Amino acid sequence: MDKLLPVANGCMLPRKEIPVLDFTLFRDELLAFAENGGYIVQFFAFTENTRLKALAVLRKDTNLYAVSCLLPDEYQALTAENSKFHLFEREIAEQYGVRPLNHPWLKPVRYHANQRGCQDIFGNDYKEDIPGNYDYFRVEGEQIHEVGVGPVHAGIIEPGHFRFQCIGEIVLHLEIQLGYQHRGVEKLLTSFPFKRLPIVVEGIAGDTAMANSISYAQAVEALSLCHDADTTARTLRTAALELERLACHVGDLGALSGDVAFNPPAAYYGRLRGEFLNLLVILSGNRFGRGLIRPGGVTMPLDEKNAALIVAKIQEVRPEIIQVADLLFTAHTVLSRFEACGRVDRDTAIALGLVGVAGRASGINYDARVDFPTEKSGDFAPCKHIRQKGGVYSRAWVRYEEILHSLDQVEKLVSAANLGKTITPNPVENLVPDAFVVTLNEAWRGELSHCVLTDAEGRIARYKIKDPSFHNWTGLAMALRNEQISDFPLNNKSFNLSYCGFDL
Amino acid sequence: MQTVILIIISLLIIPVLAAFIKKVKALLTGKQGPPLLIKYYTLVKLFAKGSVYSTSTTFIFRFMPVVALAAPLMALLFLPLAGAPALLSFAGDAILIFYLLGLARFFTVCAALDTASPFEGMGASREAFFSVLSEATLFMVLVLFYRINGSLSFSSYFQGNNPINLWSAEGTLLLLVVAALFMVLLAENARVPVDDPATHLELTMIHEVMILDHSGPDLALIELGAWTKLYFYAAFIANIMTPIYPGKPWATALVFLLIIVFIYFAVGLVESITARSKMNLVPKFILTSFSFAFFATILTMELTR
Repeated sequence: MDKLLPVANGCMLPRKEIPVLDFTLFRDELLAFAENGGYIVQFFAFTENTRLKALAVLRKDTNLYAVSCLLPDEYQALTAENSKFHLFEREIAEQYGVRPLNHPWLKPVRYHANQRGCQDIFGNDYKEDIPGNYDYFRVEGEQIHEVGVGPVHAGIIEPGHFRFQCIGEIVLHLEIQLGYQHRGVEKLLTSFPFKRLPIVVEGIAGDTAMANSISYAQAVEALSLCHDADTTARTLRTAALELERLACHVGDLGALSGDVAFNPPAAYYGRLRGEFLNLLVILSGNRFGRGLIRPGGVTMPLDEKNAALIVAKIQEVRPEIIQVADLLFTAHTVLSRFEACGRVDRDTAIALGLVGVAGRASGINYDARVDFPTEKSGDFAPCKHIRQKGGVYSRAWVRYEEILHSLDQVEKLVSAANLGKTITPNPVENLVPDAFVVTLNEAWRGELSHCVLTDAEGRIARYKIKDPSFHNWTGLAMALRNEQISDFPLNNKSFNLSYCGFDL
Repeated sequence: MQTVILIIISLLIIPVLAAFIKKVKALLTGKQGPPLLIKYYTLVKLFAKGSVYSTSTTFIFRFMPVVALAAPLMALLFLPLAGAPALLSFAGDAILIFYLLGLARFFTVCAALDTASPFEGMGASREAFFSVLSEATLFMVLVLFYRINGSLSFSSYFQGNNPINLWSAEGTLLLLVVAALFMVLLAENARVPVDDPATHLELTMIHEVMILDHSGPDLALIELGAWTKLYFYAAFIANIMTPIYPGKPWATALVFLLIIVFIYFAVGLVESITARSKMNLVPKFILTSFSFAFFATILTMELTR
C-alpha cells in the first residue's frame, strides 16, 4: 500500500509524481488493495510518448490513491482473481488492443476499433454495422430456452441487448450487452476546442448532465489554477445536482409503481418529477440544467425572488411526496412485488463494487457526498438508510430516503445562498501541462468520476469518464439470477442504469 | 326482437365500454383520460393501415385474427341478454360456448408460436397454462348450474321456471359464483392483477405479447375480439345479477345494461387500487375462483337435498 500515492478529490497533481510500478508489482498491489476492502474508481490505459501505460485510481474508506505502470501487450488478467476489475479490463482491451490473458469473459464493451490502430483482439471488422462477433453465455438442456430482448425495445428507452437463459419462467443467467450508443465521447473531449467541451459533457448522459458538468468543471478548475468558483456558484451547482437527483428519484419511484401496474403513484410522481425539472428551469433556464455549470462558476445568478419560489415549491411538494410514498409503500399488492425481489446480497455487492443507490440498498454505506465531499456537499448531514437488504424494496426505499434528504438540502442551500453575487466565468484558455486530476461526485445513480491527463502543451491528452452504471450493470445481472423473467422490468427499473453514460 | 335489438346495442357499446375502463382508471389517478370513443378511433386507424407479415409466418398467423373475432361473436349469439331468449340455442350449448372461446385461444396460441419469437412463445405458454385453470372454474360453475337448473343450455339457465338468478331462492350461493366469474373475467381478459393491459414490457405480458407481431386490420380484428370476449363475460355475470321484472322487458334490459357498466367500472376500480401480482401467484388467484365455485357446488348438495 505504501507504493500507492495518496491523492485528493479534485486536486491537481503533476503527472510525474504518480508512481510508475513494474507491471507485476502493480498487479499485486491492485489485487491486494481490492482484496482488502478497496474499490476501483478508475482503471484505464493511455499512451505516453508511444508507450502504453495504465493508471488506476483507487479508494478505500475516505482515501484516494493513484498508481500507474507500463502496460505490456499481454498480461495476466486481474479479473481472474477479483471481479471488481472485470469491465475495466475489457475496456482497456478494447480501447488499446491489449490482451488480458485468462480473462474469464473477454468480450468487447462497446464495439469500436482500438485507439492505437493495432490488431483487434476480438477479430471484429468494424466496417460492419452489426455489433457482435462474439458469443453469449449459454446454458444447455432440454427445457432451457433463451430469450433475447433488444436492442430495440417496445418502450421509449435506450438500446441495450439482454440475453436470458431460462428454465420455464426462472432466469438462470442474464447477460447484458451494451455499446449501441457509443459516440466516442472520450475522444471528442481531447479533440474539441475548450469552448465546446461543456456542451459535449452535458450530452454524455442527458439525465446526469449536472453531475457530469460539475465533475468536468472541477477538473478544469483544478487544472487551470486561476479559475475558482465562488461560494455562491458552488451553492447553486450543488443545488442543481440535488434537483437533478430529486427529479430522477421521484420519476423512478413513479416508474417502479407503473411497472407493477399500480397507477396512482405512477401518475402523481410523474407530475412531481416535472415540478423538479421546472425548478431547474428557474435555476438555469433549461429543464435538465444545461448551460448552467461552466468551469469557474455558473452562468446564471439566482435572485431573491426566484430563490423564494424554489423554497416555496419545495415546501409545497414535500407533503405530497410523503403522502404518495405512503400510498405506494403501504399497498400490500405493491409490497408483495417489491419485497424479496431481485436481491443482491452484501457480499456480492462488495465483490462487484456496486456504488450509489444500488450499493447502499445492498448495505454498502458509500456516498461520495460524505466520503469525498465537493462543492457544498460537505455541509450535508449524511442520509441515513434503514432498509439495506438488497432487493427492489430496498432500492426503492433508499431512493425515497434520498428524496427527503435532498429536499432538505436544497431548501437549506437555496435559502442560505449568498445570492445574486456571482461572476460569470470566462472560458478557459489553457491548462497546466503534464498534470493529472481526478474528480468524484455523487451523481443520482452513484459515484461519477472524471479523470484528466494533460500533455506537455497543456492540452487534454486523455479524458476518462466512469459512470456509476459501469459498476452497477453487473449488479442487475446478478439480481436476476433465480428470479422470474417477468420481474426483469421491475428489477431493471429499480436499478435504472444509464446506457449512454456507459456507452460514452 | 328484443334480443336482436340488445345484440345490436351490445355490439355498438362494446368499444365504448372498453374505453370506459380506461376512463375510470384515468379519473381515479387524477387524469382526464381519453374520450369514450377512443376505441372507435383506434379501429378506424387500424383498418386504414396495411398489415405486415413476417416471412417466417404461415397461414395460421393470418387466419388467427378472423377466428379471434368470430368465436367470441358466435358465443355472444348463444348468450341470452336481460332475460330475453338467445338468438341461437340447443341443449348443451354451454359446452359449445366455452369451447368456442377455447378455439379462439387455440388459434391465438398457434399464431403466437408461428412467429417463432421467444416472447410470443413465452406468452403462449402462460396463456395456455392460466386458461386451463380458468376453465376448471368455468366448468365447476356449469356443474353448479346443472345442479340448480338441471340444464346445460344458456337459454334455459336464465329463463323459465327455475332461472339462475341472484334474487332467487338459491341466490346467496350465486354471490360466490359472481365473485368466481369476476375473477375469471380478470384472468381471461388480461386485466390486473393477472396481466397488465397498459404495459409496454414484453417480458411481463401474457395476452398482449401473443399479438405483438400483428398489425393493421389484423390487429383491429383481434382487439375487437378481445373486447367482445370481455363483454361476453360481463354479460354472463350481469345475467346472473339482473333482477327480472315480469312483463317489463325493457326495465330489465336497462338494469342489465347498468349492471354491465358497473362490472366494467369494477374492473377499472380493481386496476386502480391493486398492483399486478407476481406471475407465480396467478395460478393461486385463479384457483381461488375455482374454490369459490366448488364451495358453492358443495352447498347446493345441502340445499337441494
